[in-house]
Amino acid sequence: MFDTMTAETLARMQFAFTVSFHIIFPAFSIGLASYLAVLNGLWLKTRDETYLTLFNYWKKIFAVAFGMGVVSGIVMSYQFGTNWSVFSDKTGPVLGPLMAYEVLSAFFLEAGFLGIMLFGRERVGDKLHMFATAMVAFGTLMSATWILSVNSWMQTPAGYSMNELGQFVPEDWWQIVFNPSFPYRLVHMVLAAYLTTALVVSGVGGLHLLRDREDAPARRMFSMAMWMLVVVAPLQIFAGDAHGLNTLEHQPAKVMAMEGHYDSHPDGAPLILFGIPNPEEKRIDYAIEIPKLSSLILKHHWDAPLAGLDTIPDEDEPPVMIVFWSFRVMVGLGFAMLGLGAWSLWRRAKGKLYADRWLHRTAILMGPMGFVAVLAGWITTEVGRQPFTVYGLLRTSDSLAPVAAPAVAASLIAFIVVYFFIFGAGTFYLLRMMNKPAGTVRLGLRDAPVRAAGITPIQETHPDDAHGVKGD
Amino acid sequence: MFELSFIWAGIIAFAVLTYVILDGFDLGIGILFPTAKSERDKATMMNSIAPIWDGNETWLVMGGGGLFAVFPLAYAVIMPALYMPIILMLLALIFRGVAFEYRWRTERWKPVWDAAFFGGSIMAAFMQGIALGALVQGIEVADRAYAGGWWDWLTAFSILTGVAVVVGYALLGATWLILKTEGPLQNQMQRYAWWLAAGTLGFIGVVSIMTPFQDPIYFQRWFNLPGSILSVLMPGAVLAAAFSLFSGLSAGKDGQPFLSALSLFVLCFVGIGISFYPNIVPPGLTIAEAAAPDASLKFALVGTVVLVPLILAYTAYAYWVFRGKIDPEEGYH
Ligand code: HDD
Ligand code: HEM
Ligand code: HEM
Repeated sequence: MFDTMTAETLARMQFAFTVSFHIIFPAFSIGLASYLAVLNGLWLKTRDETYLTLFNYWKKIFAVAFGMGVVSGIVMSYQFGTNWSVFSDKTGPVLGPLMAYEVLSAFFLEAGFLGIMLFGRERVGDKLHMFATAMVAFGTLMSATWILSVNSWMQTPAGYSMNELGQFVPEDWWQIVFNPSFPYRLVHMVLAAYLTTALVVSGVGGLHLLRDREDAPARRMFSMAMWMLVVVAPLQIFAGDAHGLNTLEHQPAKVMAMEGHYDSHPDGAPLILFGIPNPEEKRIDYAIEIPKLSSLILKHHWDAPLAGLDTIPDEDEPPVMIVFWSFRVMVGLGFAMLGLGAWSLWRRAKGKLYADRWLHRTAILMGPMGFVAVLAGWITTEVGRQPFTVYGLLRTSDSLAPVAAPAVAASLIAFIVVYFFIFGAGTFYLLRMMNKPAGTVRLGLRDAPVRAAGITPIQETHPDDAHGVKGD
Repeated sequence: MFELSFIWAGIIAFAVLTYVILDGFDLGIGILFPTAKSERDKATMMNSIAPIWDGNETWLVMGGGGLFAVFPLAYAVIMPALYMPIILMLLALIFRGVAFEYRWRTERWKPVWDAAFFGGSIMAAFMQGIALGALVQGIEVADRAYAGGWWDWLTAFSILTGVAVVVGYALLGATWLILKTEGPLQNQMQRYAWWLAAGTLGFIGVVSIMTPFQDPIYFQRWFNLPGSILSVLMPGAVLAAAFSLFSGLSAGKDGQPFLSALSLFVLCFVGIGISFYPNIVPPGLTIAEAAAPDASLKFALVGTVVLVPLILAYTAYAYWVFRGKIDPEEGYH
């Protein structure tokens, strides 16, 4: 299947595949780390056992997801060199130090305190344990900050000059780190991570409420997650809109592709809700559109002119089909999240939050949608940047490593097989843990101290856990 | 005055060395894992590193990320040259990394994740050794890019260094377990450590003899000043470390074997440093050539100087929190 493809196509597929897997885990663990810090803080403050139960439950889920994030992330940090070595040589002087800061200020922090957070409560006491938990959460946010600065620089490069070797060299670090799209991307991504986590938590809460309406931890998590959704979903739509305006300013071709504007509209561009991009004929077939709305959203005026892809040379055009659809998936899901939040607010006001089974079912259905939106968002961003790696300056085809196509094909196949196997198994374990109620003493084989203070742990009902309990 | 690029070469070397000795012992435990005689021993072995393995592995990211930051050209040349071993190492690290959590999540598939832990650890160690051997052989560079083929890394010499690293890591793992365990498991590891130490020393000897034949320039570096000073001291230092290792083992000491094994690694690392200097990628690419502009080196240095001591401090604290013998009855999280 892969033998007819060029090394470039294969390397792009490999990068897209591995990074798409990677982002799934941070999107969840950034949000979950903060949630855990909040739960632990509330437990220490109120001494309400429900918070501790929830903390211990989500902590175990976090440990598995975090592990998957780490191993898939290590792959990413080497992929720049193995597959995009020319890119690395040229952008290293600018982007390398930012990534180094990510390692120094984020990865070490997470890794250093993770052990204490997971295993150390008894050893270090509540205060230091809380500190470690907060450091892990802070580390995940730092991680997002630096890597998004890197990515944003590739989208909207600033603060650099070129040297005689064709490398980008730093002129002004402030401008490099705080490049024009960075603040927007950071806010949007962190909100996305919080939304993703809130949806997973509410889905799990909803599942256990369907089984037992009186389940106290399930009620607590469902309520907390729904509040989160109510607050964050509107913020996210607002942030997304601002992000789009910023993109229009700096990467107009990307917005043209997102909007499906093949043609320029001198007096007010329509908002194309749906349609099928036809790249050969350079038009959108079967378009359902609202006249002039696009100009209103993007330019805040009905009749404002908007340029289309006809103003962009063909060899600089991003692939419209992918960007057009992925953008709609993301925005659609954003509004669906808003809707779910609003619905929960209404049911809460009626005192039916824990009773409305359709709300719970919908929450389960929406559980994984944060991941879908995140991936769709990233695909919009990254494919919309094509055919450049550094927007307008360095072409993807000029970034490639001198590795022969068969080598890349072999590694790509290996990544596909290994990732589906490993992360498939991990996802299965995560779902199985989530399927158990939060009060479960033993989510796995040896979660609680085996014979702490003479209490015999409650036997699990799952066949996998029934044996092997004693003596492990 | 020192050039910034040389300071950075020192920092990267420090990161790589730290990685080698920290992840060395925890990969070593993976390599020794199948020798565990009971589920209890397995749990002990794994729990002895569960809270710290992620921190250990972060030094690998620091090595790679640091290279990208301050020696982008070296990063851009080495990674494609070592494409296969690097990818295989990354895949292997995935298998062993997830095993820490997965094996506690299932009874039926526990053997699968135990095998993943062992297989991933030994594969990662072997590939790191191969990468080292391939680097020593030298990497062909033309026009700021790797100019060789995609199988150049595979030679008898690189396989030799691969096996050497596996044996060496197993030694680190065994001595770590001597430090962290007691009873039958400790005895077992004491026995293994003898053989592994002998093997490691043998490999150090063979690799040292073969290295100058990879490129005559290594010969000159060892037998001209300032390298020659060290080449006089080096054999003595290695012998001293070996003596301390064996005497620690026969006296049944807890910590001495581990520390002696670590010092063997440090000495080998210094030896490689002497052979390479002033190249960063032998035979042609020097530290100065590969360095990023000073503006990048300075910016990254500021943070490094502040953050690395902090990192070392809280890493040491984490080791301190989990100090002492492992109690397999103490629960997993
Ligand atoms: C839960 C996730 C999520 C949700 C609900 C939304 N987004 Fe989003 N979006 C992301 C998650 C995301 C993301 C994964 O975080 C991206 C990819 C890269 C980035 O910076 O953010 C993104 C990118 C992204 C971009 C591309 C910017 C660029 O590449 O320059 C735009 C214009 C928007 N978003 C706009 C929106 C709008 C108008 C939304 C309203 C409903 C919306 N997003 C909902
Ligand atoms: C984590 C979420 C991300 C996802 C899901 C994602 C997705 C993608 C996709 C789909 C492509 C392929 C584009 C194409 O070939 O048309 C790509 C390419 C790429 N992205 Fe990202 N990306 C993410 C984050 C990042 C970040 C943070 C960086 C930089 C630090 C980055 C750098 C690159 C590079 C170098 C390429 C390869 C060259 C190219 O094909 O454009 N990506 N990514
Ligand atoms: C191509 C771009 C990327 C690279 C090279 C990369 C690199 C890495 C590496 C090496 C790790 C492991 C750290 C460790 O050893 O502890 C990691 C984990 C992590 N990364 Fe990425 N990453 C990328 C994209 C992203 C993005 C886009 C985000 C979020 C916005 C992100 C957030 C995180 C977080 C929070 C972790 C901690 C582990 C986890 O949460 O599961 N990364 N990444």
